[in-house]
Amino acid sequence: MSTPERLERRSIISGIGQSDVGRRLGRGELDLTVDACLQAIGDAGLTRDDIDGLATFPGAGVGTGGFAGPSTPEVQDALRLKLNWHDGGLEGPGQLRAVFAACLAVAAGLARHVLVYRTVTESTAQGEGGRQGIGGAVGGRGVPRFPGVMQWTLPYGAVSAANWLAWIAQRRMFEFGLTREQLAWIALNGRRNAALNPKAIYRDPMSLDDYLAARMISTPLCLYDCDAPCDGSTAVVVSHADYAPDTPHTACHVNAIGTALRGRPSWDQFDDMTTFSARDAAASMWARTELRPGDIDVAELYDGFSILTMVWLEELGLCGKGESGPFVEGGRRIALDGPTPLNTSGGQLSAGRLHGFGMLHEACVQLRGIGGARQIPTSPEVAAVAAGGGPIAGCMLLTRGPS
Amino acid sequence: MTSSTASGPSVRVLPRLDDSNRFFWTSGEDGRLRFLRCGGCHHYVHPPVPRCPYCLDGPLVPEVVSGRGVVHSFTVNHQQWIPGSDPYVIGLVTIAEQEDVRLTTNLVDCAPDAVRIGMAVEVTFERSDDVWLPLFKPSVGAP
Repeated sequence: MSTPERLERRSIISGIGQSDVGRRLGRGELDLTVDACLQAIGDAGLTRDDIDGLATFPGAGVGTGGFAGPSTPEVQDALRLKLNWHDGGLEGPGQLRAVFAACLAVAAGLARHVLVYRTVTESTAQGEGGRQGIGGAVGGRGVPRFPGVMQWTLPYGAVSAANWLAWIAQRRMFEFGLTREQLAWIALNGRRNAALNPKAIYRDPMSLDDYLAARMISTPLCLYDCDAPCDGSTAVVVSHADYAPDTPHTACHVNAIGTALRGRPSWDQFDDMTTFSARDAAASMWARTELRPGDIDVAELYDGFSILTMVWLEELGLCGKGESGPFVEGGRRIALDGPTPLNTSGGQLSAGRLHGFGMLHEACVQLRGIGGARQIPTSPEVAAVAAGGGPIAGCMLLTRGPS
Repeated sequence: MTSSTASGPSVRVLPRLDDSNRFFWTSGEDGRLRFLRCGGCHHYVHPPVPRCPYCLDGPLVPEVVSGRGVVHSFTVNHQQWIPGSDPYVIGLVTIAEQEDVRLTTNLVDCAPDAVRIGMAVEVTFERSDDVWLPLFKPSVGAP
């Protein structure tokens, strides 16, 4: 079989932007989005007249309050963009699907500079009672009835990803001997790095005792295993790689994307409960590159729940199968000055649930060497970005300079 | 029932019955659990779909199973997503007949901290309106 064309290599991240990030900022989602977008466009050395593509995850109208962010038509109109290509949607290989689509659009010549954004206002929505479990719909007279996929889990009070991901953690404890003391290091490492990130939500030191004393959400996951809802918008500009010489800052080249989903697309029927589709996404990414896991200089691996980072560490080959517990324990290997710096901004657990796009933004920050106090001391050339978990997962490799 | 024995959430959010799922959610009326099974390749199929996803051929018909299974994973939920709930066990049970058919369920009639992966369990039903929810309890005589 001939080697497939790897069209994603014709794309770069030419600019990055991020709005204010915080708890209950009380600002509208479009307001935050425009901030992030204008920053990314300027950072790329462009004006809005250069932007001819627009994409987001997931687009309006899905999820609970504050989850979806503004639709692409709203953002297009707010910025009066003239578009050759546009895309928004929930289904696909995780939150990064919008970025992957943008990479392929520029490679296919459908657009030259695609603005891609992800906006959340879940903290404000939570304050207004808008982000709550399905229990929020229960009570009063009449019990709601659900069709479709949710009918199989909701009757049993399995209403949150926290419940479904707790299954992964429990299964990993059974199969691999994972302990809470090991899992804790995803949260502790994040908090340690967040102390160096002025925009992080939680920056106070956290000890192992603090972690172990936190209230349980769904065993074995405690409060600090679950990310922090926040308000904020992240944007990047995905450009054709031939723009790289003209970017005002170092371009981050897309080396490979991982998009596969080979197991059953289900939270309770997926064949391997210890990996879910991170296994497939990572395998498909490695099949598209000459780089190897040992080439990764910095890893920004989704921590919507701590256990997902453990899965990504293994599936991306940064440690052996089932070995992520001992790998992270003590926090040395994954520290900023360790061999595998991990979630350098504090991740979603401490820096806020920017829903995958915070990972991508931070990877670019590190590759460009602009991380300030949290910049890793080596000069990173290859970054791994992973987002999602369960049956929804995607990952990518970025390099400083062309591959 | 004592507080040390697990049951389920304080309020049951129920499935909406239709022609594809009614057999499953009402199966417990006679105390037996049923899944669709292919008349051609004999695989059990869950959740219900119009055509056998294994052989894409044979007819799918509800068939009684033993009601026995094994705990594949579980979690004890503490968060008050559904206000007024005591901690309850959300189990993932693999049915004895076929290892790739699992049910999300509540593990009941045992202390939450007694639940283990690999534990043998058997079905029991909880009626709620016109729905018989399959729950699982430790198997009688299980080691």
